[in-house]
Amino acid sequence: MNKVKEILMKYVFFISACLSIIAVALICYFLFANGFPAMLEIGPIKFIAGMRWKPLEGLYGILPMILGSIYVTAGAIIIGVPLGILAAVFMTHFCPKPIYSLLKPAIELLAGIPSIVYGFFGLMVIVPVMQDIFGGSGKGILTASILLAIMILPTIVGVTESALRAVPPSYYEGSLALGATHERSVFFASLPAAKSGIFAGVILGIGRAIGETMAVVMVAGNQAVMPNSILSGVRTLTANIVLEMGYAADLHKGALIATAVVLFVFIMIINLSFSALKRREA
Amino acid sequence: MEKVSNQTADINFARQIEAKQINKYTMLDRFKEYKRSPLSAVLFGLVILAALITIVTVVFMIGYILIKGIPNIKPELFEWEYNSVNVSMMPAIINTVIMTALSLLFAVPLGIFSAIYLVEYAKRGNKLVSVIRITAETLSGIPSIVYGLFGYILFVVALGWNFSLISGAITLAIMILPLIIRTTEEALIAVPDSFREGSFGLGAGKLRTVFKIVLPSAVPGILAGVILAIGRIVGESAALIFTAGTVAAVPKFGTTGSLLSNIAAPLFSSARTLSVHMYALLSEGLYTNQAHATAVVLLVVVILINIISSLVAKKLTKR
Repeated sequence: MNKVKEILMKYVFFISACLSIIAVALICYFLFANGFPAMLEIGPIKFIAGMRWKPLEGLYGILPMILGSIYVTAGAIIIGVPLGILAAVFMTHFCPKPIYSLLKPAIELLAGIPSIVYGFFGLMVIVPVMQDIFGGSGKGILTASILLAIMILPTIVGVTESALRAVPPSYYEGSLALGATHERSVFFASLPAAKSGIFAGVILGIGRAIGETMAVVMVAGNQAVMPNSILSGVRTLTANIVLEMGYAADLHKGALIATAVVLFVFIMIINLSFSALKRREA
Repeated sequence: MEKVSNQTADINFARQIEAKQINKYTMLDRFKEYKRSPLSAVLFGLVILAALITIVTVVFMIGYILIKGIPNIKPELFEWEYNSVNVSMMPAIINTVIMTALSLLFAVPLGIFSAIYLVEYAKRGNKLVSVIRITAETLSGIPSIVYGLFGYILFVVALGWNFSLISGAITLAIMILPLIIRTTEEALIAVPDSFREGSFGLGAGKLRTVFKIVLPSAVPGILAGVILAIGRIVGESAALIFTAGTVAAVPKFGTTGSLLSNIAAPLFSSARTLSVHMYALLSEGLYTNQAHATAVVLLVVVILINIISSLVAKKLTKR
């Protein structure tokens, strides 16, 4: 009896473990099976390189959205990464203990705030400020980039901090002993040694930024046209799905699922490079 | 004997004081160094600037949400029934609790079992294990809107469950599965092998060892993962809009039909959680004040979750 139970439970554990494989397979199957036919019907080139998205006229080009996602993510990285790395350097090498014990939980709290609350904050605070400074609607690439930069900050700070702490202290001490200042030692001895860990954090941040939906929808403006300036409104791939899925039908719905396929492929590329980087480090 | 040890202690103490004096580093020394190397001053300034920006952002954001939101919290926001006059968030809060419980019901046992297989049963160098690890990593990287779309295609349309609690809960369960697996795995690995050996030595079987010895000592680690997962479920909106829908009421038991279908009826009806409620308020654009209040409630939940998880983490490191 006990033996039967042992074997039975072993298979239960085994099947549970296989669930993540099954889940990924199901997600791939259902996305591709529903997205590809639509993509073929529209024409793959017309779909990915098409510059106009007008479902009512049968135009399904998602290039504006692909560019929108790339611009917004790039903006978030440009603002968020230097800020995050410097903040992490502060936390590891410059921060008095009492401030650290306040700052660390605060940044962890930032990581837990729901994206819809970020979107609300962006809409209520950042958008009006941008209106005041630059005029116009206040929604656009720059606004979305700033908001996303705040959102990826905890990721960048957390990963950079643990990478910096993993650097042997002898690097820093050796540099100090050679007569370098505290700052030079941190920036030119410790920081380069933490390079690959920081890079992995940046890739993780890119993944978060490109997949972010609710916050971006609120502040990006959502015009499905080619962006021509840093202030112009854009629609990201994720926003495209959220905005139109509610009422789409037939080919329009297929085109939205195909949008998700494109997003999925982007994320897979980012994930694969992340795990490749992690493996090289290990 | 005691005198000797006292003496060494004195010497050590004197050395410490000496070291402190040698390593003393006054502001004046610092400025001298900056004069010698202006780059250091610039770097120092940048670091402080970045730290200030980060601190100000966090404080401003949390302060803004609390200060703007708390005056908007009114009793009618917590009435049991939602209508367009009171815009109550109570049904959404109850739905959030139900949704969290349902998702955890699916994800926690499966995630723990999965981790048990990976840590306790799988042989080292097993090809399947690396495939499972890669897929779990993939799952944790997929954006929530893609989960939402997948849940919509599979549960809502293909299986015909419509917008419902169950469609949303299973979608979220898949989403948090990798988190539960990873934290449980770490907790199980941290259990010393001597526990297992002791149990085997006393004649217990593998299954008994896992359930009576290994799992109980891994509970705090698993709990930490579950708390993180609760945070993700409460904050999720993109994955739920197209799976659980946006109906602002607590699902009710059926009254017509058989007993079984009456009991199952709530699972198959649409329900909005608090985050989805907030999205709905914002997209309707009429209820800014109520949205402010909802933001406070969400923020408080997140703060509570963070406090609990840091308490659990403290307990973990103490052992």
